[in-house]
Amino acid sequence: MPTLTIDGIEVEVEAGLTVLQACEQAGIEIPRFCYHERLSVAGNCRMCLVEMERAPKPVASCAMPVGDGMVITTNSPAVKKMREGVMEFLLINHPLDCPICDQGGECDLQDQALGYGLDRSRYTEQKRAVKDKDLGPLIGTEMTRCIHCTRCIRFSSEVAGVPEMGATGRGEHMEVGTYIEKALTSELSGNMIDLCPVGALTSKPYAFSARPWELKKTESIDVMDAVGTAIRVDTRGPEVMRVLPRLNEDVNEEWISDKGRFACDGLKRQRLDTPYVRRDGALQPATWDDAFAAIAENLKGQDGSSFAAIAGDMACVESMTALKNLSEALGSNNTDCRADGAALDAGTRAGYLFNTTIAGIDDSDACLIIGSNPRREAPVINARIRKRYLMGGFKAGLVGESVDLTYACDNLGAGVETLNEILEGKHAFSKVLKNAKKPMLILGQGALMRSDGAAVLGLARKLAEAYDMVTDGWNGFNVLHTAAARVGGLDIGFVPSKGGLDVAGILDGAVSGKIKTVYLLGADEIDTSKLANAFVIYQGHHGDAGAHAADVVLPGAAYTEKNATYVNTEGRIQHTRLAVFPPGDAREDWTIIRALSDVLGKTLPCNSLDDVRSRMAAMNPVFGGEELVTAEWGTFGSDGAIESGGFASCIETYYMTDPISRNSETMARCIRALYGDSEGKTGTDG
Amino acid sequence: MLDDKDRIFQNIYGLKDTSLAGAKAVGDWDGTKDLIKKGREWIVDEMKASGLRGRGGAGFSTGMKWSFMPKESGGRPVFLVINADEGEPGTCKDREILRNEPHKLVEGALLASVGIGAGAAYVYVRGEFLREAEALQRAVDEAYADGLIGKNACGSGYDFDMYVQLGAGAYICGEESALIQSLEGKKGQPRLKPPFPANVGLYGCPTTVNNVESIAVAPTILRRGATWFTSFGRENNSGTKLFCISGHVNTPCTVEESMSIPLKELIETHAGGVQGGWDNLLAIIPGGCSVPMLPRNICETVLMDFDGLSEVKSGLGTAAVIVMDKSTDLVSAIARFSHFYSHESCGQCTPCREGTGWMARMMDRMVKGEMTIDEIDLLEQVTKQVEGHTICALGDAAAWPIQGLLRHFRPEIERRLENRQSIDSGKAA
Repeated sequence: MPTLTIDGIEVEVEAGLTVLQACEQAGIEIPRFCYHERLSVAGNCRMCLVEMERAPKPVASCAMPVGDGMVITTNSPAVKKMREGVMEFLLINHPLDCPICDQGGECDLQDQALGYGLDRSRYTEQKRAVKDKDLGPLIGTEMTRCIHCTRCIRFSSEVAGVPEMGATGRGEHMEVGTYIEKALTSELSGNMIDLCPVGALTSKPYAFSARPWELKKTESIDVMDAVGTAIRVDTRGPEVMRVLPRLNEDVNEEWISDKGRFACDGLKRQRLDTPYVRRDGALQPATWDDAFAAIAENLKGQDGSSFAAIAGDMACVESMTALKNLSEALGSNNTDCRADGAALDAGTRAGYLFNTTIAGIDDSDACLIIGSNPRREAPVINARIRKRYLMGGFKAGLVGESVDLTYACDNLGAGVETLNEILEGKHAFSKVLKNAKKPMLILGQGALMRSDGAAVLGLARKLAEAYDMVTDGWNGFNVLHTAAARVGGLDIGFVPSKGGLDVAGILDGAVSGKIKTVYLLGADEIDTSKLANAFVIYQGHHGDAGAHAADVVLPGAAYTEKNATYVNTEGRIQHTRLAVFPPGDAREDWTIIRALSDVLGKTLPCNSLDDVRSRMAAMNPVFGGEELVTAEWGTFGSDGAIESGGFASCIETYYMTDPISRNSETMARCIRALYGDSEGKTGTDG
Repeated sequence: MLDDKDRIFQNIYGLKDTSLAGAKAVGDWDGTKDLIKKGREWIVDEMKASGLRGRGGAGFSTGMKWSFMPKESGGRPVFLVINADEGEPGTCKDREILRNEPHKLVEGALLASVGIGAGAAYVYVRGEFLREAEALQRAVDEAYADGLIGKNACGSGYDFDMYVQLGAGAYICGEESALIQSLEGKKGQPRLKPPFPANVGLYGCPTTVNNVESIAVAPTILRRGATWFTSFGRENNSGTKLFCISGHVNTPCTVEESMSIPLKELIETHAGGVQGGWDNLLAIIPGGCSVPMLPRNICETVLMDFDGLSEVKSGLGTAAVIVMDKSTDLVSAIARFSHFYSHESCGQCTPCREGTGWMARMMDRMVKGEMTIDEIDLLEQVTKQVEGHTICALGDAAAWPIQGLLRHFRPEIERRLENRQSIDSGKAA
């Protein structure tokens, strides 16, 4: 371990670190613009210059590896002068438009100019102006503000793996942009906004709408996919202004997918803010009492077995717990949280989790992806796989649709035939898996949503066992979920019990008349046309497919409006926090069910959030323990025959997958920009 | 004056046959096999002993550079890269070598590759040097055909390949790491050091980058011995060197001379003296446009070598002597240089990207006299803020000519600005 002297302080640091990192360990902050922990070192901003003994010139601390006996000075007048010099150069061509710049208040250049800027400009020449670029509907540009740190270029080519950003021209005419003007196609593009140290790349939807100091910041969890990205919800009054990622090394590092970041404007549209009851064929606003009375009226004298409940993709564990308990109290076993019909087995926890864990991908050396497109289903996890790929010594293969995953991934075949070949050791990839020390497989929902999903699940289990993917301290069997609610639902057993009906059975029962009442807990991704004969109760936050089919609508809270539990695809138990109150008469979801249970005379014994959470812990001890526990391996899936035919991803259009993103104007713009106006054009357009 | 027999470049003016036969007639490719047989260490030691300092401008010991190459490359290929991106304004020596003495370069590339353990050499030729690249390619083809390079080069058992690549005309690609980037097909921007090319160079492999002249003189040094080479010039500045004399002289030329020759003698002997006589001399830029200029009184006595010129706060650079007589508008000349650097800055790092443009604009105003005297100090501070703070030396190269101008001709500049201001105030009144 090399020992350095920094400003007279002796520090011992790990070999391989840079001087800048060593300074940080010694508690000395070095100003920087281009340096970023997760990107390659560019060393171009020159803000981090320090003096090094015996070096003829100042050195860029971000790029200089530590050496034993180095003597570094960071606080001398000469270093201060250097920083002031670089700062002056950065400012001469930077516009003085801070008052109208969205980065104002959270701008690295502003902050550091406070420390190293001169009080007035000595530059009397014309400032440079740069033509703006159009990077699509998500990222707004003001390229005159660009300080050429190249963070965005490095992010797009290194982390996102979609090398669309670059610099053209040279000298002071160097411009950062896409070489040919086009919308960015990366699902992680929004992160460039956070990386940009100035206001050159800003959030287009958020433009000119708020200042950082007026925002209330609430730490929460994203539910747009099943990754469980740590987020910060920035609100002003009753409005969610923006969503930003938070640091969580185990899950999202510091990235967030574009849907997680930008779909939040969907929280403001098409919201259910009052109960509705269908009267004379139309949904009409009603009071809570009216709505509950209508439900009680419908359920009066009805046998429990004709009641069914389906939980949707964004339902929280609390509300599912309450609804499960209510169904049981009504005498119904017809509960299911697998709205997409995926043949997941709630009996064995290891059988539906991403057991390797997201951080565990870093240790793996081979990956078989089955029926999934992680780039669309979980962009952040895909970036993690790419990161592993870039470290080298990693092979990936895909069974399913051929897609660009941003890393080398062989398309091994389309469907079950290939899986069988791999299992029997006849496929070239068998050798890769056999030789791998820590192989993993990722099973997508697309492969499980088929009618023979249970058999696919069983085959995947056999594959995992055949290639020693499950050993002491390593579990390479992974199910990649796309719905934030799914693992939590399976954890509390929100599945048919004792001969109850699953989603397909419930829908068919509704057609045949066997099921008379269906309670949809935010379930929109089902075939609601089959519910025409049944009495439908919809509880949720958006007037989407489920609400349209409903006879009674109970307005609930979206993920930004409640303290709720979500379990991510790894089985990590995390909580969202209330950032704003639900609109109008809408309520936190578990309280609605609790209130309804009262009206139905089946009062649930939960009077507080703590009560519900202890109820959850009673149903499954994981909710009472650590954030993440390793699941025991077991038997799951079936041995049945599998039809031929290729696997497909469960997501067709990344930008619209749930009620929030479907109601997001920003997401609609993304679709228009990337997929074109294929529909909805009339003769008067354009 | 250097004797003709001691000139390494016997055909630098192309008056003789430039083909392989002609090259052999003046002594090239003579006993190359034996030189290879003497082995890698002997070659490096002999080069070190010769005291040859890199002829590209920085003046780093060539033998020392070769000795930095790893003895074991760990299975990675090792490359020699020859910098023929001669773009320094005023310099026209590598061009003559490529045109008229290409075989010296090919033979040098082979011997240097043996010295560093390289299996291949890439010559990166400036984009504008189309004819020169053709001449070099002819020489390479001839050498291949004659078995001098390729598999079992010269019958020595050493395998060696040589490739010629044209650049696309960017000055910055003459910087060694930017050259490597460009050669790899990337944007020509200098890389951070460390890692140095000797460890991570072309395609991430150990690489030595040398100037054309450094490589082309190597065979003769090895043949005639280090002591012969050190017999020219002062200690630590030994050898002969191609000087390019241009500007206000009677007979501009590229000429091989002994190092440490007095500047005045160089000009009087080879360039026919300053136009209008020595007394008509205003200033000389002794080493290409990147080094500070020298006023006449210094030119009187200064010796043309690395140490002599750095003592007077200039540099030997590429030994491109630009002579300016009293008809020259020095401010205008340096302003032109400033525009050149502003145009050629790669734009990667802040001080150079922003500073070169700022300096060029201030120089423009100085030309027109639209500048206050205080701003001369500002200009000087800006040059100091750029110098030494950049990734590569282009920032320094942009700063030094201005610093040289201000150091030696500040009174003239102040007079110029005052005159202009009095004209202006006269107009106003």
